[in-house]
Amino acid sequence: MSKFEFPPSIRSRPVWGTLEARAGKHHLMIADADGAEAILGIATPDLMAGAHVIYIPRGASHADALRALNPAQFYEGPSYPAAVTRIERVLQDAHMGLQVYLTGTEGLMGQAMHLAMQAGIPHTAIQTEHRGSVARRMQCVHCKGITEDVETDPFVCGHCGLNLFVRDHYSRRLAAYQGVCIDAEDPGNVPEPKGIYE
Amino acid sequence: MSGAEKIAVRVTDIVPLNELVTRFRFEPVDGGLLPTFSGGAHTVVEMRDGDITRLNPYSLMSDPFDRSAYTISVRRDDAGRGGSKFLHEKVQIGDEMTVSNPVNLFSLDLRAKKHLMIAGGIGITPFLAQIKQLDRAHGTWELHYACRSEALGSYVDYLTGTHPNDVHVYYDDRDQTIDLDTLLDGQPLGTHVYVCGPKGMIDWVRGKAHGMGWPREAIHYEEFLAPKPGKPFEVKLALSNKVVQVGENESLLEAIERAGIDAPYLCRGGACGQCETAVVQANGEIVHRDHWLEDDEKASDTKIMPCVSRFEGKTLVLDR
Repeated sequence: MSKFEFPPSIRSRPVWGTLEARAGKHHLMIADADGAEAILGIATPDLMAGAHVIYIPRGASHADALRALNPAQFYEGPSYPAAVTRIERVLQDAHMGLQVYLTGTEGLMGQAMHLAMQAGIPHTAIQTEHRGSVARRMQCVHCKGITEDVETDPFVCGHCGLNLFVRDHYSRRLAAYQGVCIDAEDPGNVPEPKGIYE
Repeated sequence: MSGAEKIAVRVTDIVPLNELVTRFRFEPVDGGLLPTFSGGAHTVVEMRDGDITRLNPYSLMSDPFDRSAYTISVRRDDAGRGGSKFLHEKVQIGDEMTVSNPVNLFSLDLRAKKHLMIAGGIGITPFLAQIKQLDRAHGTWELHYACRSEALGSYVDYLTGTHPNDVHVYYDDRDQTIDLDTLLDGQPLGTHVYVCGPKGMIDWVRGKAHGMGWPREAIHYEEFLAPKPGKPFEVKLALSNKVVQVGENESLLEAIERAGIDAPYLCRGGACGQCETAVVQANGEIVHRDHWLEDDEKASDTKIMPCVSRFEGKTLVLDR
């Protein structure tokens, strides 16, 4: 249930991978919700002995299963923003050879990838695996406000209130997709919202 | 015309550094400014030695921001095909020569937080230019430089004199070796490693870094392969409808050029991929020596890099 086959799209759209255990002394694993299942899928005692797991359950109940893997460090937090200072600190102290594993929603993977890239890891060397919700983190191109967990297209910008069309055009820097006003030419003419992949 | 654009230069200085290495300075004949380059770039030097024309790549070691001259340092290779011997023995101050515009296949990744340089022997030359570039940009770097002996340690005095805390020198004849495990293990996130030197050293550094989980994108290396001499062979060029004999001491690319065919090239050292040529028929064994083709491509014998690779067998037909 937690795996979703994304339809083919434009080149700007991120393509998420499948996690695999890689060589290295230290492993930073960041997951939200059902992303825990991807970590459970690759966990071995050897791997977890060098792993720092940062997990944001968002209502899912995998925390005990992750803790039972005996990672070197385990952190469970209430939200991604609450975990940011910890992630930054881990990256600041890290050495070359650190492996980064991101799994869960696109919003979590995109934002954590941005931090890892800023710390100097090439984005192509960061592993990802999508699990769980297909909701998107959207940036309104008009007011620049970010609306999290957008499930429908079109949707209403949480900041300026414009009706926004959900594009596949993605920004690695913002870790967000673009939302563009859908009724600029004909105000009020807004199609009925439906699921992004419907 | 294949290759990078050509520049007419005059040799204005020749400085022997030690028993094996000599430095050459080239200034433009027209008195103008040379194109700027980035650290790690090389130039292809044309050498007209009687009937033979050799085109050898050499790393530029001068300051990339100094457009008045290019300098290269050349190690004499007595067992080679004669390019370095020609420079050492025949070239005089005042001679006019032709060099190519700079081409960089070993550039710094400026996204790196730190640049870790590992040089072996004459592999020091690209780093000399990179260090000048990084010093201007206030970049963070350190150099680990292995040479055979103090007498053969080109530029050791200059490097340790100008950067006593960033340059680490290891002499083979004193059994000093780079402690690579420790060196790679403690590097801060965002470090890129660069290695230039003998093949064994490049393989050693790449293998270790890969095994310790360094991303492929953070491992940079450059090894110019000089085309090795080999048994003479014959090649048929299907597009040009010519049959060319490749001599013992010339490369396949040089033989194709000698036949008047303008074949593409850039590095002439098996690294850049420009000269890749499709094989129409190979009744024998292609001796692949490049760093460009993938192993499966080499095994399939459908492509060849004529700058360094050769052929042993009956018939070789190329799509050229």
